[in-house]
Amino acid sequence: MSPRITLATAARVLRQLRADPRTIALMLVVPCVLIGLLAWIYDGTPVFDSIGAALLGVFPFVVMFIVTSVATLRERTSGTLERLLTTPLGKGDFMIGYALAFGAMAVVQALLATGFAVWVCGLDVAGPTWLLVVVAVGDALLGTALGLLVSGFASTEFQAVQFMPALVLPQFLLCGLLVSRDNLPSLLGPISDVLPLSYAVDAMRTITAVPEPLGDIASDLAIIAGAIVVALALGSLTLRRRTA
Amino acid sequence: MMKRADGDAIVVEHLRVVRGKREVLPDLSVTVPTGQVVGLLGPSGGGKSTLMRAIVGVQQVRSGEVTVLGEPAGSPGLRHRVGYVTQAPSVYADLSVRHNLRYFAAVLGAAGGAVDRAIDAVDLTSHADAPVRTLSGGQRSRVSLAAALVGDPELLVLDEPTVGLDPVLRRDLWELFRRLAHNEGRTLLVSSHVMDEATRCDRLLLLREGEVFSDSTLPELLERTGAADAEQAFLALVDRAAGRQSSSPSTTSGDAS
Repeated sequence: MSPRITLATAARVLRQLRADPRTIALMLVVPCVLIGLLAWIYDGTPVFDSIGAALLGVFPFVVMFIVTSVATLRERTSGTLERLLTTPLGKGDFMIGYALAFGAMAVVQALLATGFAVWVCGLDVAGPTWLLVVVAVGDALLGTALGLLVSGFASTEFQAVQFMPALVLPQFLLCGLLVSRDNLPSLLGPISDVLPLSYAVDAMRTITAVPEPLGDIASDLAIIAGAIVVALALGSLTLRRRTA
Repeated sequence: MMKRADGDAIVVEHLRVVRGKREVLPDLSVTVPTGQVVGLLGPSGGGKSTLMRAIVGVQQVRSGEVTVLGEPAGSPGLRHRVGYVTQAPSVYADLSVRHNLRYFAAVLGAAGGAVDRAIDAVDLTSHADAPVRTLSGGQRSRVSLAAALVGDPELLVLDEPTVGLDPVLRRDLWELFRRLAHNEGRTLLVSSHVMDEATRCDRLLLLREGEVFSDSTLPELLERTGAADAEQAFLALVDRAAGRQSSSPSTTSGDAS
């Protein structure tokens, strides 16, 4: 791995994204629209305050998962990945380069979505707002890392997109957003415990409820960070210099 | 620094490659001398691309040895010394020519000015800032070639680089290949299924059904077969081989590239 190649890769991915302004607009606007819609549906009830923050963590995860898995699949099918793997580029350069580029996008997305939720929709947050952004960026990186991983198992863009419902929706159902994780049926509780999105939602909930949440969410953040590293490491195993 | 002592840039010994259920290369041995343009000719599906993939080290091989510039194929030390251009242009369609080459230059650690030189070498200076998506097929394959040239490789492995190009461009590219070899001491292994490109090569390797059945210069080949051109020489050799082993079971042929 070399910092020069990693950064060049991140810059290249961002430049490709910039050539596609519609995707950028969708990445930035869709989360705000959905949060606005949610606030509107639950207007006058306390529901938005209890699930709004959790959704702030889910959107970047879903969006980055889809964008990354399709982008990486495109590298595989266009032959650029095979070419890159004949060069001094290390697998880590590729993975971290993508993570940096989409991580930067995630920072912008999280700032916009969080600002919109707090200042426009009136989301009530007991803890510091910037922590919401930190968790949202962590979720986005988790989505990127998992997207990189699953693209290794997809051979068409149809398959890559189908991995979204297959891998993301179960996490969404079990993360405590619909039914509190303590109240899940006996077998589903432990499953929820091993899914990384659960910890993101836990952290978001804690931030909205507790004025000084940093101590409480440190372990959640550590688990999310661990999941990102594991997914990136597993993803780099799917990059093979030699293929059949 | 580019001028290397005489010797072999590529040595392939008893290479066996199986893709899926098909034995693409049963037992192939061949050498490519340094500083020459060597043409790898033969029909589609004959194993040309597979041999090239083995030489650049992206092909899983069953057995045999491939030595490139003195190191085992695919060694980390070779990654900035060998340039590989696949049949389908492998560049980013959504980036401009220049941004594509800047990225590959950064990955390959190329010196400043290398990007402009590579664009110039493939005659795309007037399209340098156009997105690759908007270019014609032939222009795209030249971008792909430039992305390999930008790294200043000692060995260039080019898989059908002139497919779909008009005669003028084909002539220009072959002149570029010869210049890269004869003036700068690089080695080029260039595949083609167009036999008339044989006249541009210093040496010819004829590959069919995974076997090299001729390895010589064009004049030697013509003399040996008594044919008027490379295409007829190829057909004469095929007929001769068919006559010799008409009773032996033929290898299953299919579409491998």
